[in-house]
Amino acid sequence: MLRFILRRLFQSLLVLGVVFTATFFLIRLKPGDPFSGEKAMPASVRAQMEKRYGLDLPVWKQYFVHAAAFARGDLLPSLRYEGVPNAKIIADSFPVSLVIGLSALTIAIGVGLPAGIVAALRKNTWLDYSAMSLAMLGICLPTFVMGPVLQWIFGLKLGWLNVAGWFERSDWILPSATMGLIYAAYIARLTRGGMLEVLNQDFIRTARAKGVPGRQIVMGHALRGGLLPVVAFLGPAFAGITTGSFIIEKIFQLPGLGQHFVGSVFNSDYTLVQATTVFYAALLVLINLGTDILQAWLNPRVRLT
Amino acid sequence: MSAILEVTDLQVSFHTRHGVVKAVDGVSLRVEAGQTVGIVGESGSGKSVTCYSLLGLIPQPPGRIEGGRAMFGGQNLLGLSEAELQKVRGSRISMIFQDPMTSLNPYLKIGTQLVEPLRLHQGLSKAAAWARGIEALREVGIAEPTSRMDQYPHEFSGGMRQRVMIAMALITRPELLIADEPTTALDVTIQQQVLDLIKDLQKRLGIAVIFITHDLAVVHEVCDVVNVMYAGRLVESAKAEALFAQPRHAYTRALMRSIPALQDRGQALYTIPGLPPDLSLLPSGCAFRARQTEDRQGLCLTDRPPPLREVAPQHWIQDCPGCVEGGLS
Ligand SMILES: Nc1ncnc2c1ncn2[C@@H]1O[C@H](COP(=O)(O)OP(=O)(O)O)[C@@H](O)[C@H]1O
Ligand SMILES: [Mg+2]
Repeated sequence: MLRFILRRLFQSLLVLGVVFTATFFLIRLKPGDPFSGEKAMPASVRAQMEKRYGLDLPVWKQYFVHAAAFARGDLLPSLRYEGVPNAKIIADSFPVSLVIGLSALTIAIGVGLPAGIVAALRKNTWLDYSAMSLAMLGICLPTFVMGPVLQWIFGLKLGWLNVAGWFERSDWILPSATMGLIYAAYIARLTRGGMLEVLNQDFIRTARAKGVPGRQIVMGHALRGGLLPVVAFLGPAFAGITTGSFIIEKIFQLPGLGQHFVGSVFNSDYTLVQATTVFYAALLVLINLGTDILQAWLNPRVRLT
Repeated sequence: MSAILEVTDLQVSFHTRHGVVKAVDGVSLRVEAGQTVGIVGESGSGKSVTCYSLLGLIPQPPGRIEGGRAMFGGQNLLGLSEAELQKVRGSRISMIFQDPMTSLNPYLKIGTQLVEPLRLHQGLSKAAAWARGIEALREVGIAEPTSRMDQYPHEFSGGMRQRVMIAMALITRPELLIADEPTTALDVTIQQQVLDLIKDLQKRLGIAVIFITHDLAVVHEVCDVVNVMYAGRLVESAKAEALFAQPRHAYTRALMRSIPALQDRGQALYTIPGLPPDLSLLPSGCAFRARQTEDRQGLCLTDRPPPLREVAPQHWIQDCPGCVEGGLS
């Protein structure tokens, strides 16, 4: 187990190196540069800026300078927000994304799992049909439709919550619900499918032949295997929720990391692109490691090697 | 001897999209204490459904028990509620299944599954049940039972898993064990060991066994009484010696011809030509008529199902003039 984790962490370092390298060169292929804003910059100022940030060096030299800095854990300063360290930008904005992401995930699991289990147990009844129709709706609705609908109902019509912004304690609710309900739809469908598959297995018949009552069959015999597809989905889902929050942040005007992730590309903020990409990559690697361990814990046939 | 289980005229059908499948049509069985009763027949003849129905284990819907009685310990199993059946299953009647590779829960420790019936039906504490579990594994010949309790099914071979299934079924000391093709999925060398184990435990514990198989050779080895099933109906039922000494029905004779051990070496194995009939489109007469090879199929009943008749004490046959010499006399 420990050896598995260490090996995976070591592999992760290689992955991060590749991600860093790819990002470094790809972003420089994009037309434009960090200082090509709306108003043109006098050539002398530009030359001074480029010198300050080392952009006057040959690209391969820049690569080694940046790589060395990242390897030390120094994410360099932003080029666009002059002199602000990228680490600080991430530290300021990521907690917002994390709060939204974690609460969205909680909603997704809290709604999706029970809905999927009930749908499986009551297969082909109105409960199943209504749960699965709602899920289908949730999957088809894009965030930019679901978000405004919730804003309209709870913000404008009922006036219970702020339509947008990040000022009050309750401001996490609408954005989390928007994302959470959509992921709940996926989780409900996966749970239903997983449970139905397991409930059809021979070992469920064995449990019934032993006289195990229905509820105990679900909780004690079926749930573990039935949840495996959901757990496999949790990694990508969590990744999607924390990194794909750009649209949500736009709709709800949130100061999260997603805006920097996307904005830095438009701004050709080379170092910020590198910093956010490597940060997200590290996050994904950790999440995947976590779900792998969870899967191995649920399924004794999975060996962590 | 008194019967511990007496099934009369059991009728089970499945109401599917493609019509009504009459899986079991008027089957009667009698099991006496300590006896081993065989149910033989080709795949699809309704052997499993017969036994699953007794314990409420067929999926309902599409399955439906249309009629019959199954008296066990003074109560009709077919009339019990699910909660009452749960008290019988795994406590007074246990089952083991064909495929030991899929019949154990891959996500739970062997020990946890093994002692579950004890915890459920006898309310034993975890520690007490675990100790009994270790004993039970030892009893079925599993080495190092203490450490094996903590392992998972994938760490056991097929034969070992079937031993675990047997231990699990017998751990509550039931009166009746239903074994549904318990050796069919195993290697030939392992089959004999598992068969011997069942025979041995049955004798030691004095339990009755219903032994389902498609293999008459196995029946010959373990059963006191044999019921031959075809297309959801009983075709012949008799004491084992009587049946093997003088099989009366053409289907029983055909099954005997297909026992590999009784055939000449080097010859192609005999198998009954054709396939069993579609149970949703059963002919109105003798169901074996289309496959009958004894040149008397012209005599088979076509207008009504052949009746069961007791031709000698406790020797019943489906009395079709085409399938039974001197039948319907
Ligand atoms: N769940 C089900 N739905 C529809 N038909 C079924 C179902 N289970 C069993 N049957 C039908 O019942 C018949 C008898 O099956 P079974 O008792 O399993 O045969 P056996 O055990 O003798 O091989 C088969 O023809 C099968 O098609
Ligand atoms: Mg069967």
